[in-house]
Amino acid sequence: MKFGTEIVVLSLFAFAALVAAGFGVEGPFRQHMGVLFFAVAGFTAILLRNTDFKPAAPIDTSAYMDGPIRYGAIATVFWGVVGMLVGVIIALQLAYPHLNIQPWFNFGRLRPLHTSGVVFAFGGNALLCTSLYVVQRTCRARLFGGKLAWFVFWGYQLFIVMAATGYLLGITEAREYAEPEWYVDLWLTIVWVAYLILFLGTILKRKEPHIYVANWFYLSFIVTIAMLHVVNNLSMPASFLGSKSYSAFSGVQDALTQWWYGHNAVGFFLTAGFLGMMYYFVPKQANRPVYSYRLSIVHFWAIIFLYIWAGPHHLHYTALPDWAQTLGMAFSIMLWMPSWGGMINGLMTLSGAWDKLRTDPIIRMMVMAVAFYGMSTFEGPIMSIKTVNSLSHYTDWTIGHVHSGALGWVGMISFGAIYYMVPKLWNRERLYSLRLVTWHFWLATLGIVVYAAVMWVSGIMQGLMWREYDEQGFLVYSFAETVAAMHPFYVMRAIGGAMYLTGALLMAWNVTMTIRGYQRKEQPLPGSEPALRPAE
Amino acid sequence: MGLMDKHAIIEKNATLLLVGSLLVVTVGGIVEIAPLFYLDNTIEKVEGMRPYSPLELAGRNIYVREGCYLCHSQMIRPFRDEVERYGHYSLAAESMYDHPFQWGSKRTGPDLARVGNRYSNEWHVQHLMDPRSVVPESIMPRYAFLKDAPIEVKDFSTHLVANARVGVPYSDDMIAHANADLMAQADPNADVSGVEKRYPKAKVGDLDGNPQQVTEMDALVAYLQMLGTLVDFKTYDDAAGYR
Repeated sequence: MKFGTEIVVLSLFAFAALVAAGFGVEGPFRQHMGVLFFAVAGFTAILLRNTDFKPAAPIDTSAYMDGPIRYGAIATVFWGVVGMLVGVIIALQLAYPHLNIQPWFNFGRLRPLHTSGVVFAFGGNALLCTSLYVVQRTCRARLFGGKLAWFVFWGYQLFIVMAATGYLLGITEAREYAEPEWYVDLWLTIVWVAYLILFLGTILKRKEPHIYVANWFYLSFIVTIAMLHVVNNLSMPASFLGSKSYSAFSGVQDALTQWWYGHNAVGFFLTAGFLGMMYYFVPKQANRPVYSYRLSIVHFWAIIFLYIWAGPHHLHYTALPDWAQTLGMAFSIMLWMPSWGGMINGLMTLSGAWDKLRTDPIIRMMVMAVAFYGMSTFEGPIMSIKTVNSLSHYTDWTIGHVHSGALGWVGMISFGAIYYMVPKLWNRERLYSLRLVTWHFWLATLGIVVYAAVMWVSGIMQGLMWREYDEQGFLVYSFAETVAAMHPFYVMRAIGGAMYLTGALLMAWNVTMTIRGYQRKEQPLPGSEPALRPAE
Repeated sequence: MGLMDKHAIIEKNATLLLVGSLLVVTVGGIVEIAPLFYLDNTIEKVEGMRPYSPLELAGRNIYVREGCYLCHSQMIRPFRDEVERYGHYSLAAESMYDHPFQWGSKRTGPDLARVGNRYSNEWHVQHLMDPRSVVPESIMPRYAFLKDAPIEVKDFSTHLVANARVGVPYSDDMIAHANADLMAQADPNADVSGVEKRYPKAKVGDLDGNPQQVTEMDALVAYLQMLGTLVDFKTYDDAAGYR
C-alpha cells in the first residue's frame, strides 16, 4: 500500500498531539499542540487521498532524486517572501508603533518570526535543497536512504511551522536565533541527525573518488550546527505537558554559550553552508574551474577553526571576564583572513569570464553576493574591536552589519542558486525572463545599499548621542530624545527593505512562470547575442 | 609527499573529514566556555543576591514571552555615560540565578538592569498599558492585555523545582510555599510576612491597581521593580571584583 507506514505513524503522531492539546498545563502549550495536531492531521489526510492499494511502481534508482529538491526550491522562495515581508512589517512597527497589534503581533513576538523566518526557513531550505542537489551531482550518486530525504524535507517544514506559531503564541526560550522551546528543539535534533545521515550516506556511496570542496563546507555546516544546537538548547522543562523550560546554564555562562551558538549560527549556517553553495554554483554558472585548490583547503580549515572562537565579541564590556572578551576579539580579527580567502576564491573563479557580468544577470547576482560577503567580513572584524564595539554595540549599526551579510551575501547567493537550479530541475530550456532577474538584481542591490547606509548613520548617531556631554559635564540627551531622532532612519530602512522584498516577489513570479513552462518573449539582454555584421 | 598531497587522504575519506572538522570546531568552545564554570573569579562575591520570588519569576517569564530582551538590555557597561544614565555597571553575580540570561543585544529602548524602584508601580502600569501616554517619543508596543490576564498556573512549584534542578538555590520551604507566595505577593489583604522573609526586598501589595485578582501585570511589575535592587553596593569592593 502506498504511504501505508507513513499514514499509520502520522496518525499516531496526530493523536499524541491531540492528547497533549487536551492535557497541557497552560494555555499557549495547549494551543501550540492544537496547531501541531492540525498540521499533522492535515498532512495525513493529504496522504490518505493519494494512497492506493496497487503495488508500488518500481522507482528508477539510477537517476538522481530531485523530488525533495524541487519542493525545497519552492519552499525557499515561499519562506523567503514570508520572512522578508515580516521584516518589512517590523521595520514599519519601529517607525509607526501603532502598527503593533497586541498580543500576537507585537514587535517582540514578530521579530523572532522574522529572524527565524529568513535564517532558518529561507536560508535553511536554500541550504537543504542546494546541498542535496550538489552532493548528488558531485558524487555521481543518488541520495542515500530511500525516502529519508522526504522525511528531512517535511520534518524541517514542520519545525518551521511549530517555531513560527510558537513565537506568535509567546512560546520562546529567549535565546536569539534559538528561540524555539524544548520540544521543538528535540524535533529539530531528530530531523538534523536524519539530514546528517542523508548527506554523509550519499557521500559514502559516491562513485567519484574525490569529495568536492563544496561538500566539505556543507558537511562541516551540518555537523557543527548539530553540536551548537544541542549544547545551546540544554534546558529543564517545568512540565513535560507545558512549553516553559529553564536553560541549563545561568547568567555569564549562559550568555557565552548563547553567543558561541549565535555567532556560529552566522559562521556555519550563514557562512560555511553558503560557501558550499558558492563553490558549486559560481563555477557552474561562470563555466570556469574554482580559482585555487590550495586556497580552498587553507581557508576551509582556517575558517571552521577560527569562527568558533568569535562568540565573545557579542559580549564586549559586559560582565563576561575580560580574558574571554579579549580572546574573542583576537580571533574575530584573525577571521578576516580566511573569510577573504573564500571571497578571493569565489571572485577569481571568474578569471577569463568577467565579460559575463555584462550579459548574465545571474552571475552578476553571485558576484555581488561574494562582494557583499567580503564587505561584511571586513566590517565584522572592525566591529569586534573593543573600542569600536563600545560605540556600535546595542545600536542599529549591528543590525545594518547583519543585513549587509544576510541580504547581500546569503540572499543574493541563494537567489543565484535558485535561478540556476530551477530550469534544470523542471527540465526547462531557460528561465521565464532574464530581464526580471536584472530587475531583481538592481532592486536587491539598491535596497541593501539604502538599508546598510541608513543603519550606519542611525547607529553611529544614536551611539554618539548616548555618550554626548555638554561643557558642564552633563549628559546632553535623554534616552527618549535619541529614540525620537531615529524616526526618519526607521522610515528609510523600511523603504530599503521593501525594495529588497519587491525583488524577491519578482523572483517568485519568475520562478513560478518557469516551473509552469512559460518563456517570456523579450529582447535579449544587450551584448548577450553577437551582433550581425554584413559579410565582408 | 607534501602537506597538500597528504590532504588528498582526507578528501577521499568522508569519515576522516567529518571527524576532523568536528574536532577542529570543538576547540574554541572548550577553551572559552569551560573555564567559566570552574574559575572562581568568574562571578564576583556579593551580598544580597537571592532567587526570584514566584511572582517575580512569573513576571520574568512574561518578560521573556513578550520578547522584551529584543529591545531592552539588562547589562550596564562600565562607561561614564552608562553608569550615570543607568547606575552601577552590571556584575556577573547579578544574573547568576538567571535561566536564561537577559543581557540583551540591542537598545531600541533603555537598559533595564536597574529599573527597579526608579518609577512607581502606577507609572509602570500606565506605561505598559499605553507607553506614549507617559513617554510621547516612545515606540514601544502596548501591553494592555496583561492587566486583563489572570496569572494562569496549575502548580507553580514545578517552575521552582525546574530552576532548582539547574542550580538555583530554592529551598524546600520556598518550593512548598510557591503557589501561596505567588498569590500573596500581589494581594493587598494577604499575610506577606512569609514572602518577605523568604524573598527580602520583594515588592508586595497590589501592584497593578486591581486588588481583585492577581494578573500578569502584577507579575511583570513585581519583576521590573526588583531589577538591579538586590546587591548591596555599600559592601561591594569594585577593585576586588575586577577580572
